[in-house]
Amino acid sequence: MIRFVNVGKTYLNGTKALKDVTFDIEDGEFVFIVGPSGAGKSTIIKLITAQEKPESGSVYVDKFNVGKIPDRKVPYLRRSVGVVFQDFRLIQNKTVYENVAFVMRAVGEPPRFIKKRVRYVLELVGIKHKADNMPSQLSGGEQQRVAIARALVNNPGTIVADEPTGNLDPARSLEIMALLNEINKRGTTVIVVTHEVGIVNRFRKRVLAIENGVIVQDGEGGYYESEEGRK
Amino acid sequence: MKKRRASPFTEFKYFLSEGVLSVLTHGLMSFAAITVIAACLLITATFMLVSYNIDVQIGKLQNRDQIVVYIDEELSRDDGLALESKILAVDNVQSAEFVTKEEFFDAFVAQLGDDADVVESMRDDNPLRDSFRVYMKDIDKHAETLKALEAIDGIADSNSDVELSERLVQLRSVVRTVCYSLIILLGAVSLFIISNTVKLALFARREEIQIMKMVGATNAFIRAPFVVEGLILGVTASVFVFSAQWIIYNYVTKRIAAGSNVLETVPFEAFRYPLALWLLVAGVALGLLGSVFTIRRYMKV
Ligand SMILES: Nc1ncnc2c1ncn2[C@@H]1O[C@H](COP(=O)(O)OP(=O)(O)OP(=O)(O)O)[C@@H](O)[C@H]1O
Ligand SMILES: [Mg+2]
Repeated sequence: MIRFVNVGKTYLNGTKALKDVTFDIEDGEFVFIVGPSGAGKSTIIKLITAQEKPESGSVYVDKFNVGKIPDRKVPYLRRSVGVVFQDFRLIQNKTVYENVAFVMRAVGEPPRFIKKRVRYVLELVGIKHKADNMPSQLSGGEQQRVAIARALVNNPGTIVADEPTGNLDPARSLEIMALLNEINKRGTTVIVVTHEVGIVNRFRKRVLAIENGVIVQDGEGGYYESEEGRK
Repeated sequence: MKKRRASPFTEFKYFLSEGVLSVLTHGLMSFAAITVIAACLLITATFMLVSYNIDVQIGKLQNRDQIVVYIDEELSRDDGLALESKILAVDNVQSAEFVTKEEFFDAFVAQLGDDADVVESMRDDNPLRDSFRVYMKDIDKHAETLKALEAIDGIADSNSDVELSERLVQLRSVVRTVCYSLIILLGAVSLFIISNTVKLALFARREEIQIMKMVGATNAFIRAPFVVEGLILGVTASVFVFSAQWIIYNYVTKRIAAGSNVLETVPFEAFRYPLALWLLVAGVALGLLGSVFTIRRYMKV
């Protein structure tokens, strides 16, 4: 469960990225976060993963209060949230298998279990046949599948994806969204930040629209940028 | 599901292999680092061994180095003997041994050997004086002790080599100062080198570190391989230095023994365990400090 209560966030340089943002995301939901560039979408993601702390209000992720979490507990919060980035962020000198396996080792999983789990997750995202390839030998869409497998492998309750299709063509984008939808159906909460209104409108999902740091729409259905948002 | 964990042994193996991998990946840098650290340790250890040898020499000299005080001829032998308690009361006096002028004469004659006839005639009119042979606890205080002894009523004269003691003690203090300065200076150089190597490794793996943080690896887990890397550098250098020191020391002492019979050296076997321990501790300490500080500085949560 993720809960934002009257959250305000001002960056050190004075930019007000979020103003009084309030919303709840229940376990098992699929939510799109949309809005124009600079609206504050990535800031929401950074708050959920405790890369940033709220300036005012509170952010809750499961049992953690992000504003008050001590540094040594941050890793445990992050184990409950898998992250996918626009630029994949795979380690170039590790194979696909290693890229996924090493995050399991990083949280202290035993080797025997790692093997089984990585194979399962690679199969789930449809990339098992490329397990021994290097990231540079994969297409963008394939690399993003690996990144999703990596986000998924430690079995987090939630997956957040910040513009996961930003570097992909429309057909590949649709495939990735379908994959995230599939993962959501298996019980994982999925939060996807995207610019691609076309895709958002094809999936009938909850849409959180944000403009200039303020939530302007929250509900199922299509999204169209407001006059103000387009400026 | 949450309780499942890799065994500590598995984790240790992982840290070790990652650390070794990192050392090998930056082979040239690691080699350079180990060489510099080893050079620093070798120089420091050499000076410590020189200092140790001087200490041992001084210790030996202490046994040999003595002050001979002569008793006023006016005093009877009994009165002269009675001075012993006053001499023993002087600070820094270890022991005192009464030597009659007859004994002294015998020793003198024995020393002369073939030329003894010349002085043998003087035996009945012995010009020597009764004396005490005084041994000190600490030759650092040679001069003070001498002064205090001469101040005793009934002591007419004295004979000792203050200068030799002073020169040895001075040499010791110079070598010690050099030792301490070297430990600090070369320690700092080694730390700097280890720190730079670890910094390079951190930089090379910054993406990996970033990802590990994002997936919830603890800081301790992320840091461990880099600490292991620092330890490998430090300990490799100290193992190397121990072997090198063994060879060099034996070679040098053999040369000294061949060239002079005045200078005595302590055999390597006498201090190899303390030396090994010292080098190991130094290597571990350098490796730990160098890596931990660097990681703290360059790897924020
Ligand atoms: N670390 C930072 N320091 C200062 N200002 C920042 C920082 N990160 C973001 N901002 C600013 O905060 C505002 C919101 O940024 P954010 O990244 O959340 O936008 P976004 O909605 O993700 O935009 P985009 O669609 O372009 O990714 C922007 O004005 C941005 O310039
Ligand atoms: Mg963004």
